[in-house]
Amino acid sequence: MTVNTTNTSGAGYLQAVDLLKRFDEVAAVDQVNLSIDKGEIFALLGSSGCGKSTLLRMLAGFETPTTGQVLLGGQDITAMPPYERPINMMFQSYALFPHLSVWENVAFGLKREGLPRTEVKSRVEEMLSLVQLGNYANRKPHQLSGGQQQRVALARSLAKRPKLLLLDEPLGALDKKLRERTQFELVNIIEAVGVTCVMVTHDQEEAMTMASRIAVMSQGKVLQVGTPSEVYEYPNGRFVADFIGNVNLFDGHMSVDETDFCEISTPDGVVRVNHAVSGTLGRELTAAVRPEKIVIAKIKPDGVHYNLFAGEVIEIAYFGSYNTFIVELPSKHQVKITQANTSRYETSDITWNDRVFFWWPEEAAILLTS
Amino acid sequence: MWQLLGKAGKRGVIGVPYMWLLVFFALPFLILLRISVTDMGGGVDPFVSLAQMQDGVWTLKLKLANYVSIVWDDQRPGEATIYMQAYATSIRYAALTTLFCLIIGYPFAYFIARSPERFRATLLMMVMLPFWTSFLLRVYAWKGILADNGVINRLFMFVGLTDAPIQMLYKDVSMLIGMTYVYLPFMVLPLYATLVKMDDRLLEAAYDLGARPLKAFWLVTVPLSKAGIVAGSMLVFIPSVGEFVIPSLLGGAENLMIGRVVWDEMFSSNNWPRASALAAIMILLILVPLAVYYHYSGEREAQAGQAS
Repeated sequence: MTVNTTNTSGAGYLQAVDLLKRFDEVAAVDQVNLSIDKGEIFALLGSSGCGKSTLLRMLAGFETPTTGQVLLGGQDITAMPPYERPINMMFQSYALFPHLSVWENVAFGLKREGLPRTEVKSRVEEMLSLVQLGNYANRKPHQLSGGQQQRVALARSLAKRPKLLLLDEPLGALDKKLRERTQFELVNIIEAVGVTCVMVTHDQEEAMTMASRIAVMSQGKVLQVGTPSEVYEYPNGRFVADFIGNVNLFDGHMSVDETDFCEISTPDGVVRVNHAVSGTLGRELTAAVRPEKIVIAKIKPDGVHYNLFAGEVIEIAYFGSYNTFIVELPSKHQVKITQANTSRYETSDITWNDRVFFWWPEEAAILLTS
Repeated sequence: MWQLLGKAGKRGVIGVPYMWLLVFFALPFLILLRISVTDMGGGVDPFVSLAQMQDGVWTLKLKLANYVSIVWDDQRPGEATIYMQAYATSIRYAALTTLFCLIIGYPFAYFIARSPERFRATLLMMVMLPFWTSFLLRVYAWKGILADNGVINRLFMFVGLTDAPIQMLYKDVSMLIGMTYVYLPFMVLPLYATLVKMDDRLLEAAYDLGARPLKAFWLVTVPLSKAGIVAGSMLVFIPSVGEFVIPSLLGGAENLMIGRVVWDEMFSSNNWPRASALAAIMILLILVPLAVYYHYSGEREAQAGQAS
């Protein structure tokens, strides 16, 4: 990957170049290349142990890469210690200084810069009003609720106007309702300040809601980078397809290959996809279709010629706003189907052990090769 | 478990430490006070009874002159008595010992707290192991090391650093070395207990915000270990004030400490009342500042707790 050092448009503002971090024999971060644009909110998404936290710590300066470089605004900061980098981090546990008040916590970084007292004061007040904690300046961290502590941590990390903001599982410690509200508040504040942001999370909802682009990671490698809809609708492999949301996978091989459609022959039947695919007949492919794209009914529909299957309902879950059905095909393959509860008839009379039909339109499935 | 005990049982369990304090501290202290206001007895009795029956009248004699003579010498008015000098010397050397224990003990504790977990138990054991040997033997060992023909002098002379042996024993230096050595574990252990609980992330946050390692140490680690510093300092200072053995074995004639003075009054002069008065003053000298400190720190904590 070439290193871009003369860029003025903001693309590639933060670059990870061939980053590798080895602990003993294991590569926690394995040859990662990323290019993050100025002002965007970029999420590193993956389950525990995928290397996202190690990658974040290398950006912050707490871990030294075994090989590779980190570039910020064209400048190589790989060897810079954390206290020299124009980067600030919001820790998962907030790491607020317990012996200092809220005001002093936020002022901590500013005092290290040697700013005059008046400027420190005005900056701290600006930050506290940004997170709406102006009245809590004299409290100590242990006197605040979890949500309030998080806002102090955010104010503290933004006080120095860093070029890059790092968030380590920012919503991990909050309960569900608070998390939903905080997601939007957080994004609003970050966008208002205009700072480039890299966040680490294992929660795909968090990543999809907050980030403009997501990198899905597994075992130290970046599997796919894209916008939330790109990663959801066009996953580039089984892992990504399965990690983000739910997916039904039909393994088979190509039986028909035409210019505007192709068919995959699977043990359950034929799956038709409305685009051509490279390769020869017999090529092994997997059709992936999301549960919400599948329609389910008790009566065999007229006019559906492709992607029509029949099976037995073995599991139903009611989630209030939608239902989930698990339908078992004769091959014992289980398919997950979700149906929004928009109407109060038609699907609500489907119950356990019913024989049902389900189908999806040709454009609903995508083909995966790995 | 509380339910099982019932109300009376609860009081009983809480009462045990109170009983302990009563029997082993309050009572002996009261006895001490009692002796300190009596007169020296002649012959077999070390002191005269407080209350006496004479012609059908109970008389209570409280001799406060014991206390006065400690503070004020009639023959040399305006000058500090030898007793006041001894108090001052004791406090001074106890403070120095505490300071040296802090300077040496803090890096010790910090190092152990920062080592990989699997080594910590062994390292702590190494700090505590000297306790398992005789206290007296360890102090004597220092005599052997610091003597004119001891290990250090022989090494220096062998290497050629000096021709004549350097006198290191029976001076304040040797006494301080001995006291620091003996009391070091008392400083290391509470410090370790506090430092090991400190969250690593706090230091990382400090670095992240621009503090260099030394600055981060002063601004984050030290304030957070304050409780350990105070605990360790008290565990060293308080016993050091009344220390008797180490000054006797390693100290010189001009480092007269209060422990030695009490001993002399008790066993050489047989003046039990005065010895008791000296001991009572020493206890008050230590307890009163402590009580004031606790009162204030307790108040501050209560304020902090209420402000939420």
